[in-house]
Amino acid sequence: MSALADASADQEQAAGWAYRLAAEFGQFRGAGSVVARNGLAARRGLPVLLSGFFEPLFYLLSLGTGIGVLVGGVEYGGKSFSYQEFIAPALLAASAMNGAVADSTFNVFWKLKYARVYDGMLATPLGPRAVAAGEICWALLRGAGYATAFLLILLVAGYVQSWWAVLAVPAATLVGLAFAGAGMAATTFMRSWQDFDLVHLVVLPLLLLSTTFYPLSTYPQPFGVLVQLTPLYHGVELERALVLGTMDASAVVHVLYLLVLGTAGLLMAGRRLERLLLS
Amino acid sequence: MIGRASVPRSTTEGEPDDVTVRKRVPHRTDGGEAARARAHQPETDSDPDVLISARGLTKEFGDFVAVDGIDIDVRRGEAFGFLGPNGAGKSSTMRMIGCVSPLTEGSLTLFGMDPEADGPAIRGRLGVVPQKDLLDEELTVRENLLVYGRYFGLSRSVVAGRADELLRFAQLSDRADSPVEPLSGGMKRRLTIARALINAPEILLLDEPTTGLDPQARHVLWDRLYRLKQQGVTLVLTTHYMDEAEQLCDRLVVMDGGRIVAEGSPRELIERYSSREVVEVRYPDFDLEPHRDQLDLGDLAERVEVLPDRLLIYTHDGDAVSRIVDQSPDRPVSVLVRRSSLEDVFLQLTGRSLAG
Repeated sequence: MSALADASADQEQAAGWAYRLAAEFGQFRGAGSVVARNGLAARRGLPVLLSGFFEPLFYLLSLGTGIGVLVGGVEYGGKSFSYQEFIAPALLAASAMNGAVADSTFNVFWKLKYARVYDGMLATPLGPRAVAAGEICWALLRGAGYATAFLLILLVAGYVQSWWAVLAVPAATLVGLAFAGAGMAATTFMRSWQDFDLVHLVVLPLLLLSTTFYPLSTYPQPFGVLVQLTPLYHGVELERALVLGTMDASAVVHVLYLLVLGTAGLLMAGRRLERLLLS
Repeated sequence: MIGRASVPRSTTEGEPDDVTVRKRVPHRTDGGEAARARAHQPETDSDPDVLISARGLTKEFGDFVAVDGIDIDVRRGEAFGFLGPNGAGKSSTMRMIGCVSPLTEGSLTLFGMDPEADGPAIRGRLGVVPQKDLLDEELTVRENLLVYGRYFGLSRSVVAGRADELLRFAQLSDRADSPVEPLSGGMKRRLTIARALINAPEILLLDEPTTGLDPQARHVLWDRLYRLKQQGVTLVLTTHYMDEAEQLCDRLVVMDGGRIVAEGSPRELIERYSSREVVEVRYPDFDLEPHRDQLDLGDLAERVEVLPDRLLIYTHDGDAVSRIVDQSPDRPVSVLVRRSSLEDVFLQLTGRSLAG
């Protein structure tokens, strides 16, 4: 009798957890309609959309060709690569970062404070988490599109060295998630356009210093450790492992780092939107 | 201070600020308890026709009390209005009813549900027309409706059908593919209303629906709202225009300083708080107190208000008053006899004019 009661209590508790979990995830429901809205709105901004595709290409052509002539080859993961081969996967990660940051900071700030698109959304059954998730998913979709196009170019140019590269686009999307989450969370704290100078202040050093253009071994300690703590480093190394075929166990750390950053950013952004718009 | 009038023959003579303080203080100390006690009355709890029910509804922002313990019941199919000047707490009340602003105190139910627990379910049955249109300017007129419908989780085909119907209703069919930005103020407002109707809501919340529109656009909008009411949509609106309240509302509450100061149909309020007629008298100068003192109206005047630019004489016989004023030694510039309006009700209740 008492065992039965225990079992049913366990069941009830489990059901309670399931219910709570469902309720947590239920708060993301409707995010798809936010993505659909952005897709529709983007059709009129095609030139802006295309800029995200050309950016890494310009870096590859200018730096890869220009500096590549001076540098010669790069030793990486026990193998030797041309300079173009070395920076190409890094640019894939960097462009994923740039695209995600642009979408989740400037665009989100505009919609939050000026166009006030979210006020309209929150008057419907959509909650702040759904809005945040929708915005971040949109940034990811866009980023995945750019990454695919860029990867095809790398493939044609002969810079792809491994079958692991089929995961390069999902990896770029993960980099996008990390930066879109962090970017959107940061945006909810911004008061005016002046604060966006801070975004440049963060993004530019990340682009230049995250082993994008030279290997980690170049850094004197303790700067090397410092670099390893920053998010783009993990994106760059992950892409390099996939495209150049230098895969090892450290990839797990890269993936976890990016996943945690992205999820934390998403949850924080949802909570902040609630604070700002539902007061 | 514009629009503020001293109130003779009442106990609130003196600094106008005293009026506010005097009204606020006693309520804060005993009103909440009374409101909570009333919240358990069975008649409103069990009545399925009461769509919105609030008891002791309070909203505070830091030290500022925006809404100060109000009680309301809105029934299915009625047009319910909040009338009051800017800052009376109307918009804060509307945001709480719209389930986008948590209550500080008190209780609120919509469709018998609690906004805190069932916010999304409630919002799915509401249409909201915010004070600023907040249309999506990156989308066309029609896309605004399509996208908004998708936020409610409605299917593409349902939304497409409704969008066409609502564009006709809003008289915007020929602008369907236009961007939003070049539309006139009246058109944008109608589109906002159409957008709010995309989920076929049972209650439509309108925060100052015609503020900023020209008279013709206002009349078009009133006509549309009247049709919605005929179709059985419950309307809840705020306004600081008494003519709008008189046109649209079956029942209204007059708000001032976060509190409800009177409640009833427009006609009831006028009968209860004002005289049948009002005589407006203007003089060449604006030093009106001596002019008032010099008039000998006897029992004819129920009350005299001194506004910054004119005297208002409340009376049951406007013509008689008008004759006496005309013949008085202080030659008035103009004398106008009119029927009492909600504006007069507000003036009587608060000592201030709505326009203030």
